[in-house]
Amino acid sequence: MKLKTTLVAATAAVAVSAAAQGATLDDVKAKGFIQCGVSTGLAGFAFTDSNGNWDGFDVTFCRATAAAVLGDANAIKFTPTTGKTRFTALASGEIDVLYRNTTWTLSRDVDLKFDFLGVNYYDGQGFMIRKDMGVASATDLNDATVCIQTGTTTELNLADFFRANNMNYDPVPIETNAEAQQKYLANACDVYTTDASGLAATRATFENPGDHIVLPEIISKEPLGPLVRHGDNAWGDIVRWVMNALIIAEEKGITAANVDSMASASTKDPEVKRLLGVEGNYGEMLGLAPDWAIHAIKTGGNYGEIFEKYIGENTAIGLSRGLNQLWTKGGILYAPPFR
Amino acid sequence: MKERLSVAFVAERQIPPAPPPAKTGGVVGWLRENLFSGIFNTVATLLSFAFVAYVLASVVPWLFLDSVWNASSLQECRKIDDGACLAVINERFLQFVFGFYPDGLRWRPVLAFALMFIAIWPALFASAPRKLLIFTGLYPLLAYWLIWGGSFWGPVGVLAGPVLGWACVRWLPGLMRGWLDERLVFLAAVGVGLLATVLWWLFGVTVFDDTLSAVLAVDLDSVESARLGGFLLSTIIGVSGIVGSLPVGIVLALGRQSNLLIIKACCVGFIEFIRGVPLITLLFVAWLLLAYFLPPGTEFDLILRVVIMVTAFASAYMAEVIRGGLAALPVGQYEAADSLGLDYWKSMQLIILPQALKVSIPGIVNTFIGLFKDTTLVIVIGLLDPVGLLQPIRADQNWNGIVWELYGFIALFFFIFCFAMSRYSMHLERNLDVGHR
Repeated sequence: MKLKTTLVAATAAVAVSAAAQGATLDDVKAKGFIQCGVSTGLAGFAFTDSNGNWDGFDVTFCRATAAAVLGDANAIKFTPTTGKTRFTALASGEIDVLYRNTTWTLSRDVDLKFDFLGVNYYDGQGFMIRKDMGVASATDLNDATVCIQTGTTTELNLADFFRANNMNYDPVPIETNAEAQQKYLANACDVYTTDASGLAATRATFENPGDHIVLPEIISKEPLGPLVRHGDNAWGDIVRWVMNALIIAEEKGITAANVDSMASASTKDPEVKRLLGVEGNYGEMLGLAPDWAIHAIKTGGNYGEIFEKYIGENTAIGLSRGLNQLWTKGGILYAPPFR
Repeated sequence: MKERLSVAFVAERQIPPAPPPAKTGGVVGWLRENLFSGIFNTVATLLSFAFVAYVLASVVPWLFLDSVWNASSLQECRKIDDGACLAVINERFLQFVFGFYPDGLRWRPVLAFALMFIAIWPALFASAPRKLLIFTGLYPLLAYWLIWGGSFWGPVGVLAGPVLGWACVRWLPGLMRGWLDERLVFLAAVGVGLLATVLWWLFGVTVFDDTLSAVLAVDLDSVESARLGGFLLSTIIGVSGIVGSLPVGIVLALGRQSNLLIIKACCVGFIEFIRGVPLITLLFVAWLLLAYFLPPGTEFDLILRVVIMVTAFASAYMAEVIRGGLAALPVGQYEAADSLGLDYWKSMQLIILPQALKVSIPGIVNTFIGLFKDTTLVIVIGLLDPVGLLQPIRADQNWNGIVWELYGFIALFFFIFCFAMSRYSMHLERNLDVGHR
């Protein structure tokens, strides 16, 4: 089967133009699954479980999207993407949405012609050091040796930060997080710097996590979120509002466990009624079934539940909500009104 | 009275054989000769023993005595014992072997793997029944069908293409003779054959498949390429690359020595271009450029693209290795073939290539081993071979932070494959050695 389609495709390739823009929702419904780009592996965000299924914080958002659109959280095909292949995969149509802890920047939004649809995790670059260094602030790190991943924005942020504070540092270039862990533990560098979520995950894997601290300074903004191709706003709206629905669900106290009873009209809150499709035709506006948000919330719970399950304080990653707390509780997580 | 002898001593009986002095025979003798002959060697021996003991003293307890086989996370491992946390391999073994291949269908790649040994048997050992070669020829399509599934008639239809082409070459000249110039007949038949094959692949296979499926559907659940991973993926890419690169390499090597300008130029251009470009670049081309050129939604299978690129890459190196073998033959061999009145193909087949390939065996196997290890580069385009699988496994919070155990396991797998290839090549060299060097 595949061989022959392959051969056909290879020759017909040049003839057919790339005209499948603007109808991702129809495509998705026709093929019966969503193609979601995820990381090839990032602690807590995307990993494989013992049965070989993809799981994690970003992965669950993908699954919620599939559940909202197709009513089935498993109607999804994951494409693991590297930092180098992720944008091509999206631009070429190999994936429908990219949920891969991708930082929202101007050039990616404008020049690469993608639409960022919001932020599902606010990250920022931090520093980890050994406790016995006796340093309490990143401004005391003059002349430190720093393990830094080459070719990333973190490298540039680091240079900016040290220059702004009139300090010198000795860079130890590394390629991957795994290499960094080894180098740092072998005392090849005093400081390891990367996104704060990555630092927390790395620290959690050490035999004696208590011997290491993450300094309070966060030196950059790294808003991580989903993105789709330019030019298909209807599809972008769907991905955006699935994410917003999960945030609103947390605001309103809707969980995976109580979503059904909430939907059966026991609630008086009109926004909950609108969200769960009891009132109004908001699902129809998006081109989805009225109970789309119920499916999405049932997948992994609301935003808070997903956070606690994969990266929260009770996990080995152990991240606190911080900026990712709801705006009503001191964070900046803020979904537009559902009306 | 005793007769006076002119010599002092005469042996009157044979001295019974005695064992050699203890110093020179047995274990002690061997040790003295090989390990402790002289001060320098004694010191070197003692130092080496100390080093081996030192390494073993830390590796053996870590790997065998204190290792943990049953635990559900690294933290649990560390609580149980401080040796290697092999529980991760225990838990993820099937994932390493099959990637994301569906649970209930895993017998299919296993069967394909087992059949592979039957298929390569006649190719590797002269003692195998020659009729098995037919199976060897059919094996690629069978393996494809087993691993990817789908309709059985698809691969059969693909196979029918070359058969159709061959039939054209075989029968058409007879039909055309008479109303076409004799020299053009063969050329025309080859052209028609090629055209028929390509057209059949493009249009005929679908019809053939659909028709036969309607009559008798022989279907396996189809498995998409994204689900292949782990050692299964390495083996698919490695074996197809190895099997494809040898014949292509031979053709390229012969083409490079050809007197026909265009053929020679094409072969030299191909070889030099491929050898001048890193494999990673070719993989990116396979992944990225084609992703842009093909219309969105087309399924030009990524693994097939990678196999083609890897085969092309290895073929160029193979061609140069074989060219070395061809160059090593004395010119007298070529002249001898000519003087026997053999044409080009016969002289190559019977005289030149058997000798050239035999000389090239170490280089050929070297290329095979290199190719097999190079399959790990597919990680850069997001395919999850064993090394690629490390990342999502280590991203699981249960196993985050584990390093040596996983890398060691993968190294062991590659070592077994590469060592087996290297041993086979030595076996082959011994068997083919006719002692004329």
